[in-house]
Amino acid sequence: MTSIDLTWVIGGPQGGGVESAANIFAGACAGCGLKVFGKREYYSNIKGEHSYFGVRISDKPVHSNVNGITMLAAFDAETLFRHVDDVYNDGAIVYESDLESIKTDEVPTLDKPFKDRLEKYLSSKNKPFTVKGILEEARERGITLYPVSFKTILSTLADEMKNPAIRGMFRMLNVLSVSVSIGLLGLPPDTLLRSVEGVFSSKPKVAEMNKHAANYAYTFATAKYQKFKRQLFPVQKTQDTILVQGFQSTGLGKMAAGCRFQSYYPITPASDESVFLESHETFDVENNRPGSTIIVQTEDEISAIGMLIGAALTGTRAATSTSGPGFSLMAEALGWAGINEVPIVVTLYQRSGPSTGLPTRHGQDDLLFAIHAGHGDFPRIVYASGDIEEGFYDTGKCFNFAEKFQMPVIHMMDKFIASTVATVKRFDPTQITIERGKLLDKIDDGSYKRFTPSQDGVSPRSRLGLENGIFWNTGDESDEEGHISEDPGNRIYKMDKRAKKVEVALESIPKEDQAVNHGISDFCVVSWGSTKGPILDAIEMLKKDNYDIGFVQVKLLEPFPEAHVKSLLQNAKTIVDVEANYSAQLGKLLNEHLDRKVDYYIVKYTGRAMTCSELYESIKKIIDGKAEKRQVLSYGV
Amino acid sequence: MASNLSDYKTEVHNDWCPGCGDFGIVSAIQMALAEMAIPRHKAAIFSGVGCSGKTSHYVNVYGIHTLHGRVLPFAQGAKLANPEMTVVAAGGDGDGLGIGAGHFVAAGRRNVDMTYLIFNNAVYGLTKGQASPTLKLGLKTKSLPEPNVNQSVNPIALAIASGFTFVARGYAYDVRQLKDLIIAAVKHKGLSFLDVLQPCPTYNDINTRDWFAGMDHLDEVTKKPRPRIYKLEDAGYDPIVHIDSPDEENEKLTQALIKSNEWDDKIPTGIFYKNEIIAPYDERIADRIPNYVENPPAYQVISSNGKSITDISKVLDSLKV
Repeated sequence: MTSIDLTWVIGGPQGGGVESAANIFAGACAGCGLKVFGKREYYSNIKGEHSYFGVRISDKPVHSNVNGITMLAAFDAETLFRHVDDVYNDGAIVYESDLESIKTDEVPTLDKPFKDRLEKYLSSKNKPFTVKGILEEARERGITLYPVSFKTILSTLADEMKNPAIRGMFRMLNVLSVSVSIGLLGLPPDTLLRSVEGVFSSKPKVAEMNKHAANYAYTFATAKYQKFKRQLFPVQKTQDTILVQGFQSTGLGKMAAGCRFQSYYPITPASDESVFLESHETFDVENNRPGSTIIVQTEDEISAIGMLIGAALTGTRAATSTSGPGFSLMAEALGWAGINEVPIVVTLYQRSGPSTGLPTRHGQDDLLFAIHAGHGDFPRIVYASGDIEEGFYDTGKCFNFAEKFQMPVIHMMDKFIASTVATVKRFDPTQITIERGKLLDKIDDGSYKRFTPSQDGVSPRSRLGLENGIFWNTGDESDEEGHISEDPGNRIYKMDKRAKKVEVALESIPKEDQAVNHGISDFCVVSWGSTKGPILDAIEMLKKDNYDIGFVQVKLLEPFPEAHVKSLLQNAKTIVDVEANYSAQLGKLLNEHLDRKVDYYIVKYTGRAMTCSELYESIKKIIDGKAEKRQVLSYGV
Repeated sequence: MASNLSDYKTEVHNDWCPGCGDFGIVSAIQMALAEMAIPRHKAAIFSGVGCSGKTSHYVNVYGIHTLHGRVLPFAQGAKLANPEMTVVAAGGDGDGLGIGAGHFVAAGRRNVDMTYLIFNNAVYGLTKGQASPTLKLGLKTKSLPEPNVNQSVNPIALAIASGFTFVARGYAYDVRQLKDLIIAAVKHKGLSFLDVLQPCPTYNDINTRDWFAGMDHLDEVTKKPRPRIYKLEDAGYDPIVHIDSPDEENEKLTQALIKSNEWDDKIPTGIFYKNEIIAPYDERIADRIPNYVENPPAYQVISSNGKSITDISKVLDSLKV
């Protein structure tokens, strides 16, 4: 059996249903047992700007996108202008045939730098600056073109279903182009229809109409065209597979981990998680009363972290979810939680900064900020997940860290993971352990002191409302009871106590949770967070070229697991740091903590996630001795 | 039955300036808690930063001294997670109406069932007397190099416009009235606001105790001081929205706004506005989550033998391929 690995991309104006289309496509493929990895790219805009969704389909697990498109589906000119260049020479383009006469000048959303590059390219090929021009160039490269009059199909459907309104339902173009694509790619119609039904499950009437349209377009494509030369086919389904989006992973993790309060302020790409939690605010609890999570949309991120701390003081597992600009506003209160040893979890979905930066684009820009945020010296844990599955299980760990060590935990996620949709093994909540550390349920006498000395620096923790457990907290330095104290001796006690917990955390967090050894070799890649996927796929590609590449994924970033990372890398001859930020922030930490310097840096800061293809090329260049010390990746529009 | 007042006092040394109005406020809080016999562990005082921020250390209940301007977010988070708690937030005028003004307005919209006291002395005391948001335009207290160039905010009017459902004013040197106002505020179902006029003997040499007592403000006939402060209840003022009608509500809102503009000659204290027809936040949550009050976040069981017991299978099933 030949193996499958192809990429289908759909593009269109924001608000035009691109995301639903991609979810239908991903669902139809996943329903046939195929592995799916999809990623959405969009502008900071509600309607009109270009957005696209790339879905990679394989019969083996895939963890990233590639450079290149096997099949492009387009029902607007901009998608063609922007993406035809990326279609493989043996690829295909399914497009609205009406579009051919459109000139580049007629697409106002084509930004000037891109338009200039495109027109220069078309000139060099002696093509007019039109859709027709770019498609001619594509045909000459060997690309198969499928011009379809989707608008005619809409008219036909309107007549068939005796519903003239359908003629103007341009959002349905998405479903039509997905269905034509699925037909050309040879997957059966039943999984397509099931997927349509799933995506529109909350709107039965819309689902029915779209199913009818899907069926029509699928039949139309299979009757009119020969099958495309690259075919998908159903494979053995892996049991217990789910098709899940990144933001759902931490949301489900919070539910399972017993997070019962989340305050947040809307921000891309973090708020999807809070909205997801609110959509599932009530749930069943084994052998218990139904449970619920209180989700509070606050007036700003300062309030979000303030409320979160207030809730955490009652013994409730509480969290917030934010992105860089919001996290900046939280810095002062983070220190308050630090000095008062309050267990809080901040899920930080990073995006490209500084300032508003590229608000809807990816970046791992905030590692050093997360480690240093807030004035004064205080301990915190910074923990990074590498993919969707880790996002779920690590959320559980983050709450345990927060409560065991009584300190703020910053859980690093990012836009790449947030807007990824992928097939993964069904999350197993029985793997989520709940360790509440020294949280007290009962206090017998009246001599309780919140910050009483203890060997490990962690004092028994009362909670608001507990009898005999009254304590005080203050942002000032405080004594054992929590009252303001400026005494130098007490200051030393409290600073040492808090610092002690860092040592204890490092000792007690299992090594495999500190940094993951994905294989050790003379040539070793070191990274953190969502670069994991592209790295794993690039290593697989290099293996086919007979290169053995090691990979160490650092998950605990603060406190830095120096001893463990050192021991993993002790025999590495070449160390390559890979990160989606400008200054190679993990690289700086490695240079500080290892007894040697990193040899090469591969960075990307265009706001688009790394593809395994560009990473493969870059690593190969290093192996071949042709690389600069710092490689900058830039694939993607 | 009332509890013992001394139970609500801590032994922490109180370092407010001699003669500070804050002493009266903290006494009134302690007296109110004792009179209502609220078990100590069921009450929490949250405070902001500034002189007033120290209040939480002087009351022997859970005491959370938060950040400058942020007392309301902390307090609301705690109250929502554990609605059994009696939550009183206390802060200064700079704290609540300057740096924290956004939270003030947002809190009004929520109407969480708790109480907020602003210690209003028109200066930033702990940083040596800069003008606060409640200092009147053109006034020059002794610590200011130049007269104040900003207009003052009207805390009562702002609270009403923001949606607080109980709005009142007390005076730090009338501890008995203040205690009664605190009790009424705590018992109110919804967010209650108390603007407490609190002379700062160190930095505000204009709005002094003597000034409030009218020592400079003599009756033309008797030549005796005419106190500026008076009680709304003595003037036959009815602050309560009795029926759920727009006319009733408009009338009560309007009279409160008009009263809130009285200053200089006559300064009203007492309850300006009270509306229990508007549902507090906890009722709005309970409409969506029926067992919220019996099983709030703070009391939910989340694990059994260290394992998760939350059933997320329905959500996972919906994601199944």
